[in-house]
Amino acid sequence: MENLKEILKEKFGEKVSFKEERGELEIIFSEDILFDALKFLRENPFLFFDFLIDLTAVHYPKEEKKFAIVYHLYSFKFSKRIRVKSFLEEPYVKSVTSIWKGASWPERETYDMFGIHFYDHPNLKRILLWEKFPGFPLRKDFDMDTEIPNPDFSEIEE
Amino acid sequence: MKYFKTDTIELNLGPQHPATHGVLRIKLHLDGEMIVKAEILIGYLHRGTEKIMENVNYIQAMVWTDRMDYLAPILNNFAYILAVEKLLGITPPLRAQYIRVILAEFSRIASHLVWLGTHLLDLGFMTPLMYAFREREKILDLLEEVTGQRMNNSFFRIGGVGADLPDGWEERALNFLEDFEKKLGEIEKMVYENEIFILRTKNVGILPVELAIELGVTGPPLRGSGLPYDIRKFFPYSSYDHFEFKIPTGEIGDVYDRFFVRVEEMKQSKRIIKQAIKNLPQGDVLLNDFKIVPPPKEKVYDGIEEMIHHFKIISEGIKFPKGEVYMSCEGAKGELGFYIVSDGTNKPYRVRIRPPSFYNLQALEYVLPGNLLQDAIAIIGSFDPVLGEIDR
Repeated sequence: MENLKEILKEKFGEKVSFKEERGELEIIFSEDILFDALKFLRENPFLFFDFLIDLTAVHYPKEEKKFAIVYHLYSFKFSKRIRVKSFLEEPYVKSVTSIWKGASWPERETYDMFGIHFYDHPNLKRILLWEKFPGFPLRKDFDMDTEIPNPDFSEIEE
Repeated sequence: MKYFKTDTIELNLGPQHPATHGVLRIKLHLDGEMIVKAEILIGYLHRGTEKIMENVNYIQAMVWTDRMDYLAPILNNFAYILAVEKLLGITPPLRAQYIRVILAEFSRIASHLVWLGTHLLDLGFMTPLMYAFREREKILDLLEEVTGQRMNNSFFRIGGVGADLPDGWEERALNFLEDFEKKLGEIEKMVYENEIFILRTKNVGILPVELAIELGVTGPPLRGSGLPYDIRKFFPYSSYDHFEFKIPTGEIGDVYDRFFVRVEEMKQSKRIIKQAIKNLPQGDVLLNDFKIVPPPKEKVYDGIEEMIHHFKIISEGIKFPKGEVYMSCEGAKGELGFYIVSDGTNKPYRVRIRPPSFYNLQALEYVLPGNLLQDAIAIIGSFDPVLGEIDR
């Protein structure tokens, strides 16, 4: 596990960078290799990040790459916690439900709150809000004065 | 059965059903009495906590954490305060850390007692509910003495705790604990030797450990499946490494194991509190840095400098350095984490809460199918979901 950085550098070269702050290791992958990198982190026997702690996103409306998608991973084998991050130009990213089943709900929540579409997700629909909710509330450009219509419970049924 | 074609029927369990412990709605697809598919629908208690926290300053944001897991608000405060302190790079005085541990463990016991009573009520036991709530009320009295409130305490401060323990409190807490194990034993006797309880919990709702890991399940459900993962041991915070305690684990991950783990955890919490009270160090309970902590009231009236600090902190909040942190603590339901992104102002840029029940509840979709309808009630209860935390 000590040679985590070397393993990743060797495998992904320029497309990976590291940041260490307050004792937390952050690994930033470029968007195009993100899924492969996560699969590698999960399956490589010298890394073996088998536990997805959390999955979320951050919105930076003023930057060129507007969304950061953040994964917190933990390896039971090596007792190591890392943060994996990637910046997205468009709100589209491949779902990681095929790597960790538990990603299903947090991905739905991220879709619900940020409007990030996870393709290959088995059941991508809103989880906390109702289908006709206007906009995506955790985006920074969501107007807090938006008039929110009451959910129509007869529609919610299906 | 093979010769008849049977249709599955849909049954809505909840959102207003006492056995779902909150506004949880489960759409069960039933073949006779057998569950073939379970759809879990949440969001009935969504309040937008994460968005609200982006729009208030760091000190004000804490009161919103109280309303997440409303059975153990102190543990929510704990996780939030730990994340904020990590962002600032400060460590509270040792006495404050110990007081935090004592209060947190009392909250854990209180939360588990509510679960114990209501879970057993679901299984048809009436008496343990009364016993458990009686004990819980005593704990809430103890917490009220220290924090001023039974629930929604918000007693922790950035850099310490709000006040020192009142006179003689340690003794009253120890007296309670002395009594508590005996009272817990009464409940244990009532259930462990009861054949109906064993039949309804053993080998019901099995969650294999591999599936639990893959689904991100933490806390008692994961430990019930046999993996001793506890943040207090794995990433010790707030001097948890000073105390001796065991991590109870189950064997196969059925309802019985999850029950057993929670009951044993209460005993371990008791052990931790006893050690913490015995070794409680002397000293301050709040840092003396007036850029972070509001100065004491007497000084505010006398000194101009303290007055300015007070005004700055109360009106504007604290300026935080840029950066990101993830910090978690062992909540009553599992790993409760906070991921905070700061952009260098007095308000958080983004707060992400990792609610343990959210991930634990996901496992129900996999555990429920193949069980009988009446077992569903036992299984839901054994996961101890709190909807305030799931929906936030």
